Amino acid sequence: MTTHPTPTLISQYASGGADIDDTTIWAVEAHLETCAACRAVLTDAVDPGTQDLLDRVADGIAAGIATGPGPVRRHRLRRTGVAARVLPWLVTATGLMLAAALFEWTFDSLPSLVLLIAPVAPLLPVAAVWSRRLDPAWELTATMPRTGLPLLMRRTLGVLSAVIPVLAVAGWVTGHSPGLWLLPVLGFTAGALALGAVVGVDRAALALGGVWSAGVVVPSLADGRLPAILAGGSLPGWAITTVALTAVALIQARRRPHDPHQNLLHR
Amino acid sequence: MMRTVSVAETAPSTCGWAVHAEKLQVRAGRHLAVNELDLRLGTGVHGLLGPNGAGKTTLMRALATVLKPTGGRLTLLGGEVTGNADLRQVRRGLGYLPQHFGFYPRFTVREFVEYIAWLKEMPKAVIPGAVQRAVERVGLADRADSRMRTLSGGMLRRAGIAQAIVNDPAVLLLDEPTVGLDPEQRLDFRELLREIGLDSCVLVSTHLVEDVAVACSDVVLLSEGRLVWQGTTGQLIEQGGTGDAGDSAIERGYSSLLRAHRGRVSA
Repeated sequence: MTTHPTPTLISQYASGGADIDDTTIWAVEAHLETCAACRAVLTDAVDPGTQDLLDRVADGIAAGIATGPGPVRRHRLRRTGVAARVLPWLVTATGLMLAAALFEWTFDSLPSLVLLIAPVAPLLPVAAVWSRRLDPAWELTATMPRTGLPLLMRRTLGVLSAVIPVLAVAGWVTGHSPGLWLLPVLGFTAGALALGAVVGVDRAALALGGVWSAGVVVPSLADGRLPAILAGGSLPGWAITTVALTAVALIQARRRPHDPHQNLLHR
Repeated sequence: MMRTVSVAETAPSTCGWAVHAEKLQVRAGRHLAVNELDLRLGTGVHGLLGPNGAGKTTLMRALATVLKPTGGRLTLLGGEVTGNADLRQVRRGLGYLPQHFGFYPRFTVREFVEYIAWLKEMPKAVIPGAVQRAVERVGLADRADSRMRTLSGGMLRRAGIAQAIVNDPAVLLLDEPTVGLDPEQRLDFRELLREIGLDSCVLVSTHLVEDVAVACSDVVLLSEGRLVWQGTTGQLIEQGGTGDAGDSAIERGYSSLLRAHRGRVSA
């Protein structure tokens, strides 16, 4: 639109438009929204009472902004809130891994403690991010729309990104093939998530840790040598198990994306 | 500030009742705490009264989708909650203050309410404003940046109310919200309840009959997991005779109804 409304028309519009028809009012209004020059004409056209009221309101708002509290700084902490809660468990897992590396480095006659403990180390913080007993606000967070496996996956990836660098250092110091500690870690984590959909993540992590300790760690410490499943030949087996368990966990996440009442997953 | 309005928000409400329970059964442990309850709640402030062990908290938890009903049918905001329904849409419209309000001691009030707003899937852009408004409405603006462990009992309760109302819920569930509030705060709280009750369904569970008398428009009386009586506050007052126990008209109405119910059950 290139034609500007006449000043007379604008002042008629400003006074309520009793003597012009609706179509013209709409046209003027649509034009005013896009044209600063005509808005300036409109400002002068309104009656003194309205002008005075508008000035007073503008002054009041300006004074309120000047004297009131400043805008609140955006906090980033709510993203790291869960991390802060799980920190003690992350520290415990890290300490465990570093102690295992130190132990192995000192006593090289024993079977590799790093390889024996690595699979279950991340289970501790993974269970902690999703345990009802460790979350004081669980009853509240259980009613939230943002929940289910997507949130669990997100938290698990956070834990893994903190634990895996530590394991990498421990593995590098003791000179093991990365596949021998990385694949069991991923396999056990995926297993905890897959089993967690049935019995609850913290119980699943506890059960897997118990089974691994009793079935592998204790016998191999007694024998004084590593079991066959932690030797180089078992890598394909670990890879297949990890992929299969991850697929199971993802399928559960797809099939019931926000299943509310399933065990502890509704947190 | 412009935001996209989703189809769901502008859709006309198709539900007659914000909360609709039919023959609802909910277990607390092994005990059937809510038994064959029929309840319909619309807009307004409803007071949930009943003796200890009547199933008030269990009912609140079922309405907040913490507990899964074991029988019957429960519809919240037109969305079915029983069965394997997707609760996400329903939960976005809920606000809940649990009886035991768990919190993270190292969070500030603002961080906590922001975290809850994020879990409630509020759009990122509106969160800071909504949090500030919620904190101001409960009168905690001057302590918004204090850590939660430094707050008194009454302030914690108000922080709990702030997180419940941050998303302007269509169904607001408050379990014992006035515990720890001093008389003046209680007055402010009643005012807030009346304001929210104008366009949402508020259910307040309480032991204090006088809170119900002044703040609630309707009363729901529960005993042994069943609905004993439902009506307006005025009707409850009319139920009491001079011979009934109680210091105020509403207390006499309450004890008269309970006595009549016990008489019917034992007969």
